[in-house]
Amino acid sequence: MNSSVTIKRSTGKAHIKPSRVAGRTIVYILLIAACAIMLLPFIWMISSSLKAEKDVFTYPIQWIPAEARWKNYELIWEKVPLLLGFKNSAILTVCTMVLQITTSSLAAYAFAKLEFKGRNFLFLAYVTTIAIPWQVYMVPQYIMMSNWGLTDSLLGIVIMHAFTAFGVFMMRQFYMGIPNELLEAARIDGLSEYGIWARIMVPLSKPAVATLAITSFVFEWNDFMGPRIYLSSTDKMTLQLVLRLFNTQYSSNYAQMMAAATVALIPVFIMFVFLQRYFVQGVATSGLKG
Amino acid sequence: MTTELTGRKRPGAKLHLKRTLVAYTFILPNFIGYMVLTFVPIVLSFVYSLSEWNLGVSKSFVGITNFRYMLFEDLDFWQVVWNTFYYTIGTVPICLILSLLLAILMNQRMKGKVFFRSVFFFPYVASLVAVAVVWMALFNPDKGPVNEALRSIGVKDPPGWAGTAEWAMPTVIGLTIWKQTGYYMVVYLAALQGVPTELYEAARMDGANAFQRFLHVTWPMVTPTTFFVSMMLIIGTFKSYDIMYVTTQGGPGTATKVLAYHIYNNAFVYMKFGYASALSVFLFFVVLLITLIQFRGEKRFTNYL
Repeated sequence: MNSSVTIKRSTGKAHIKPSRVAGRTIVYILLIAACAIMLLPFIWMISSSLKAEKDVFTYPIQWIPAEARWKNYELIWEKVPLLLGFKNSAILTVCTMVLQITTSSLAAYAFAKLEFKGRNFLFLAYVTTIAIPWQVYMVPQYIMMSNWGLTDSLLGIVIMHAFTAFGVFMMRQFYMGIPNELLEAARIDGLSEYGIWARIMVPLSKPAVATLAITSFVFEWNDFMGPRIYLSSTDKMTLQLVLRLFNTQYSSNYAQMMAAATVALIPVFIMFVFLQRYFVQGVATSGLKG
Repeated sequence: MTTELTGRKRPGAKLHLKRTLVAYTFILPNFIGYMVLTFVPIVLSFVYSLSEWNLGVSKSFVGITNFRYMLFEDLDFWQVVWNTFYYTIGTVPICLILSLLLAILMNQRMKGKVFFRSVFFFPYVASLVAVAVVWMALFNPDKGPVNEALRSIGVKDPPGWAGTAEWAMPTVIGLTIWKQTGYYMVVYLAALQGVPTELYEAARMDGANAFQRFLHVTWPMVTPTTFFVSMMLIIGTFKSYDIMYVTTQGGPGTATKVLAYHIYNNAFVYMKFGYASALSVFLFFVVLLITLIQFRGEKRFTNYL
């Protein structure tokens, strides 16, 4: 490809300069390399989960097992109460999610659209405490919950996580974008503030609700230290605790540990595949300051 | 005239009061919960930090004894502070550079964007307990694939990774970077998409090459995001201990014992609630300091065009 051709055709949209082709190739090579680093551990996990124990560490790595050993996936359910873990985690996640969304969205409506005394002060209080990590107050919080008899109970964890400043902040940012005229019109039509919240704000804020729902789902489903500190009885163990139990009790059984890890990752993976747009949106909105 | 005025004023005031009450009914469910479960415990951390309160010993006010113990007597304290710094310094710059680099690559016009983004982001949403066990198997010193690969390319004595005091922290840092980079890449990507394309076009007209365009357009334009990301990362590394808990348990020895792990141990293993609270207060001030630096720095160095 000579330069005269390049100049002649440079106005044409379809044409790409050779330097650009090289550039693009480098971009793809780098991205694929990064992709491999991110994915290979998961592929190794799945591959090992289908092997006999003696084949897990053979080298060079046998990415596709000679004979898939599905039995690993049967045995793990008998060794530890995985199903119970799923059930407890599901209860915990759903309850927390519903409470977080409801209370955050209610408070966010008031902060975004209602005028009242002390609004700015209260909102400032939320914003300034948002960055304070749980590790700063987990000790007094635990003592408090323990005094109320809420340790070693799923309810305690639900209550601990139900009221979030982040949720209020995120929903408020979204509500700010909904035009006031819409609400004024509804007020003139005689709708109460509760009616406006339920019939206008909530339906309009589906993307924000979805984003908050996913954020809270991922956090709650994966949370390890919360349940680790709060829950002690076996019948209350969450999935992460059961998985951890497996890893400590059967620490030499790599194939089955990988099978258990794979099973534990499936729910988040499914959510992620279908709703990844909202996952990404949640990160992007929390990163861009309003 | 006066009656007219008050006559007008009263219903207005009533309406105002009613509005305020309605607004509070919206806020209260979240606010009460947040107050009782977050705000009060934060304050209590400060109160407890001034008291001695151990298992079997009831609470008593001891002034700054806990802080004196922390700074001058607790042999582990400076070790965990150093470890926390090590973890932060090892994680933050690499994570920042990689996430920005990936975001720039992803910001090109290209195919498979959603696929790449999903792959980079997935480690972030994957359960820590699950990925930690995979990571530890991959980096198993004797039989793990990583060391097998190193041996096969001629490294005679590959690192002992999480099993040795020397390599344990780098192993944890590696896992952290692997897990977090995708998250910050998405943050950067959102910022990059907000950079007006005219700026790039203008730079191109002036003959700027790719590196110059990065230096004079991209980098200044994403400075606010860089500040935000560094603050999030630094606070994130200062507060984490779950990742050490599920990989090395703080070991070997105290090699990966970090500040938040020390809080956890003192509170929930040794049952020293007073001293654990003093450590929490220390963490609080570290976080406050980072936030303040970020605010001031952002004002000074940010280029708002």
